[in-house]
Amino acid sequence: MSRRISRRSLLRAGSVAGASLLLSGCDGVVELPSTRSALDFGQLLSLRVQRLLLSGQPLAREFAVADISPEFPLNGTSMPNGFPYFQMMVSQFASWRLTVDGLVRRPLSLSLAEIKALPARTQITLHSCDEGWSAIGQWTGVQLSHLLQTAELMPDVRYIVFHCLDELERTPDRSGLYYESLDLFDALHPQTILAYGMNGQSLPVAHGAPLRLRVERQIGYKNAKYVTRIEAVDRLDHLGRGKGGFWEDRGYQWYAGL
Amino acid sequence: MAVSEPSPVAGTQDAPRKREVVYRHAVVVRVTHWINVLCLTLLLMSGLQIFNYHPALYWGNYGYRGVPSVVSIGSEIDPENGAPVGVTRIAGMSFVTTGMLGVSYDSERGMVRRAFPAWLTLPGEPALALARDWHFLMAWLFVANGAIYLLFGVISGHFRRDLAPAADQLRVRHVLADIWDHVRLRAPRGEAARRYNVLQKLAYLVVVFLLLPIMVLSGLTMSPAVTAAVPSLLDLFGGRQSARTIHFLVANLLVLFVLVHVVEVFLAGVVNGMRSMITGRYVIRPQAQS
Repeated sequence: MSRRISRRSLLRAGSVAGASLLLSGCDGVVELPSTRSALDFGQLLSLRVQRLLLSGQPLAREFAVADISPEFPLNGTSMPNGFPYFQMMVSQFASWRLTVDGLVRRPLSLSLAEIKALPARTQITLHSCDEGWSAIGQWTGVQLSHLLQTAELMPDVRYIVFHCLDELERTPDRSGLYYESLDLFDALHPQTILAYGMNGQSLPVAHGAPLRLRVERQIGYKNAKYVTRIEAVDRLDHLGRGKGGFWEDRGYQWYAGL
Repeated sequence: MAVSEPSPVAGTQDAPRKREVVYRHAVVVRVTHWINVLCLTLLLMSGLQIFNYHPALYWGNYGYRGVPSVVSIGSEIDPENGAPVGVTRIAGMSFVTTGMLGVSYDSERGMVRRAFPAWLTLPGEPALALARDWHFLMAWLFVANGAIYLLFGVISGHFRRDLAPAADQLRVRHVLADIWDHVRLRAPRGEAARRYNVLQKLAYLVVVFLLLPIMVLSGLTMSPAVTAAVPSLLDLFGGRQSARTIHFLVANLLVLFVLVHVVEVFLAGVVNGMRSMITGRYVIRPQAQS
């Protein structure tokens, strides 16, 4: 993510786009390596311009209780498989713990009760899925920045990774476990919270109980559910297939601000 | 048209009888026109692919399966023979659209349930992430290209000279006569062909200064990062789902404009029209003898 946007890459993007018209935009063009680099350039451009637009760290719009949508669609896992999760669920997550580790000076291990005792933030926000639907929900949780300050990040931390309990793709090697990552720009934003409450109730299992991420300036799939471990890292390439998230490993954009 | 100087022959009061060539389109207009063709084509195709992942449109900020939709494209099963039927709903009315919308033919898998057919989408196969990549890359190119065009149009006087209707073109009788010419599919000749006709000018002005800016702004309103920076966009369009609906409807208007535009190019002479948009040179055909 540290490549500079050069005029040459702009020209390259333009010429590739032109070439794709000549080849009638069929799927063969989509798979050309030069097409991929042009598309990556587009992603980088969006990231850079949106970061500039958000340089004052504005808050995403917060709505009134009356604006909350009657329903909130389910996406991804609605109930993690496996007995360990089931056991935790029936004991109302009494044995569940959140780990904060990686490049931190003071690794944390917190129970749900301990997290609920921390300063809370409640926000009513618009959730936008990349498929096109959107819903409004109220979320209550602890600011991620509070946890990270308590754990004391080391200077070389660049990303915060969220490891989840749900296996969205069931494979023998457990490579289909959900995970996500943010850079510090979004991780330290005041509206980036780990929510245990939704619409005034405990966070339902279908929405990620006991704890899920809310990152309000990005698209739905960045909002990881069933978070169990938060890891501070300096790079992402050693996790999963190296793209920084479950969906990212399957071709989706790491930066999903649009 | 930007640099069209009156040629010596045209200076006379008589309508020209001879075949005459004028320099109609400046190079910036020609280049940005064709880049725009590329952008809008790929934006439309990738946009339809994205739409296929949630083929329903709503009003307000939220919208999902179960919320009443303004427009939806889906499929049902025919209870008599078990075959899928494409159903398009617009403002409460239902239309069977099997073959095109809702259910369409696929060379590999036969009849497939999908909102827009594979041949209209980019990529052809369902691929949301890739479609979004294409859509946003082309959106950047479209905005950059559009900025160059707008800047040129203002600085060179192209908008004022060629797109703003002249006083005589705005008289009711002239407008009515122009509408009548269009109804009869009659293309202008002679002196009248030296400038865009008034309906053409108004169509270009609406597209350039209204429809395309609405496309950009309604598209940006769907971005959670952009609305965090500029929340008033949500108010401007009446919510995120309203912006998405407007984005889709205006895209349809642009398709309609392109269809009419291409038909008009054929009516006025496709060889002449294409040559003028490639080399800049446009032949003024002599006034028909009456």
